[in-house]
Amino acid sequence: MKNNKPAKKHLMTGNEAIGEGAVRAGCDFYAGYPITPQNELTAFMSYRMRQKGRVFLQSESEISAINMVFGASVAGKRAMTSSSSPGISLKQEGISYLAACRLPAVIVNVMRGGPGLGNIAPSQGDYFQATKGGGHGDYHMIVLAPGSVEEAMALTMAAFDLSDKYRVPAMILTDGVLGQMMEPVEISRYRPKTSGFIRKPWALTGARSRPAQSIKSLLLKPGALEDLNIRLQKVYAEIKNKESRYEAYYCDGAKFIVAAYGSVSRVAKAAVKSLRAKGRRIGLLRPITLWPFPEQALKRMTRKAKNFLVIEMSAGQMVEDVRLAVEGRSGVHFLGRMGGGIPSQNEIEQEIARLYR
Amino acid sequence: MISGRILTKPKSLTDVPTHYCAGCGHGIVHRIVAEVIDEFDIREKVVAVAPVGCAVLAYDYWNFDTTESAHGRCLAVATAIKRTMPDNIVFTYQGDGDLAAIGTAETIHAANRGENLTVIFVNNGVYAMTGGQMAPTTLIGQKTATTQNGRNAACDGNPLKVLEMLAVLDGVVYLERVSVESPQNIIKTKRAIKKAFGNQLKGRGFSMVEVLSMCPTYTGRSVEASVRWIKERMSKDYPLGVYKDRV
Repeated sequence: MKNNKPAKKHLMTGNEAIGEGAVRAGCDFYAGYPITPQNELTAFMSYRMRQKGRVFLQSESEISAINMVFGASVAGKRAMTSSSSPGISLKQEGISYLAACRLPAVIVNVMRGGPGLGNIAPSQGDYFQATKGGGHGDYHMIVLAPGSVEEAMALTMAAFDLSDKYRVPAMILTDGVLGQMMEPVEISRYRPKTSGFIRKPWALTGARSRPAQSIKSLLLKPGALEDLNIRLQKVYAEIKNKESRYEAYYCDGAKFIVAAYGSVSRVAKAAVKSLRAKGRRIGLLRPITLWPFPEQALKRMTRKAKNFLVIEMSAGQMVEDVRLAVEGRSGVHFLGRMGGGIPSQNEIEQEIARLYR
Repeated sequence: MISGRILTKPKSLTDVPTHYCAGCGHGIVHRIVAEVIDEFDIREKVVAVAPVGCAVLAYDYWNFDTTESAHGRCLAVATAIKRTMPDNIVFTYQGDGDLAAIGTAETIHAANRGENLTVIFVNNGVYAMTGGQMAPTTLIGQKTATTQNGRNAACDGNPLKVLEMLAVLDGVVYLERVSVESPQNIIKTKRAIKKAFGNQLKGRGFSMVEVLSMCPTYTGRSVEASVRWIKERMSKDYPLGVYKDRV
């Protein structure tokens, strides 16, 4: 018999887990503005950050919050902001500036139903905005989509590390279900890799024993902006090569694969588990990085899988990336609910039964 | 003997020609800021925030660390820089469109929080970078690219008086409106900017200096007429002087 004491578990919401992950990753600065369903995160940061002697600011708007994050990142600090869908729309210009200036930052989107003011129910309608750019210009964020409260904490730490490593902003893309539900989290299992140890010689800390330097994205000299874009694309290509993450559940040899991310992937997993028990050769692919999208993994699965069913809480956004990865080798089908609806296990099983052959 | 000393270039200015038009006030204000920073010997601690507008290229002209900021967001950016590096000296340099139109919320809230920052607000009454459109500070009757018959209060609204508005906020320490249209007023401008930086050095809080400045190109006047316009018209609607001094 093992003598080890079981690791201590903490019961927390996804929003709190993201906050705790950020604090443990050495986040120096947080700014946020109230919006449901992410308010617990801002509230959590308001006391945890000040408890640690770090900076918490409730900003006058989401626009101000993302530009404060820009400032903290200019100073070489680890910085985060969070919001939900309409507020994330407001941050897009700032995110484009972060990307252009090669500034690391973590942005959390606890998605709610849209478009417009929408509702406060969970949704995945911001996938395009998160993975395809969102703001103006040719840029990408690293987009991480947790599937549990514990993973929300772990991925928040990873987001800081990846963002610092590549000097590319990173987003935690989650939704109202994961943000607000509670699960046990084994905090001590996770250690951010590089918190506070990455050198940032580009940071503006004063021209002390070095020439003055600037951070800017205005590049007017002929060719200069094209050069920046070429450099950015090289970084994105490297990230695509090295950083895609996914969970493959019973995918080996599966002839039918369900693809889903975030909270709806849990419903999909239950459906896959139940159909597996009935002898169906079915698996679940859960992308963890939405950008870079795990397209090579998908491509490999087309050797066995004749059909893919993509399940989203949207009108069908990730399904486009699945189609691009599959390149017509297999059938790609879609099941979605919009405006805050969540597909039920029964709904998913019926759709699989209809398509499975 | 004396001339050598008087004509020294501030260490905080780079040795490059600027892109500013003939008679523009920005060059004067840039130099004053550089002189003040040299006199306080804080060049190595300064992080400046440049705006979007004519002064967007300020980072090429100042010899200290400077970041850009999205249009109107200088004071959000500066807030975070100062809060995370309280020992550095952080200032924003903003035009009237940046500070008083698109960035009004950031201006009011940074002031109201009493951020320990220095703000140099250059008011020339137009959006100059984009071709001379109406600014929030354009005078009634003033012709611009978007008020071709002159600004009409009934449809274009009234000139926005930033210092008068900010004076009522508890977080604000020092507000002064100055002008760079004459040598006397340039000396006063330097005194005000020095005080605004001095306040930050002493940890006193939010200081803003509004500088009425010439834009001959987009007010459609000669340099001489632009100087007269500030003296005779602009400083009537925007009276020079100290609006708040809590020290």
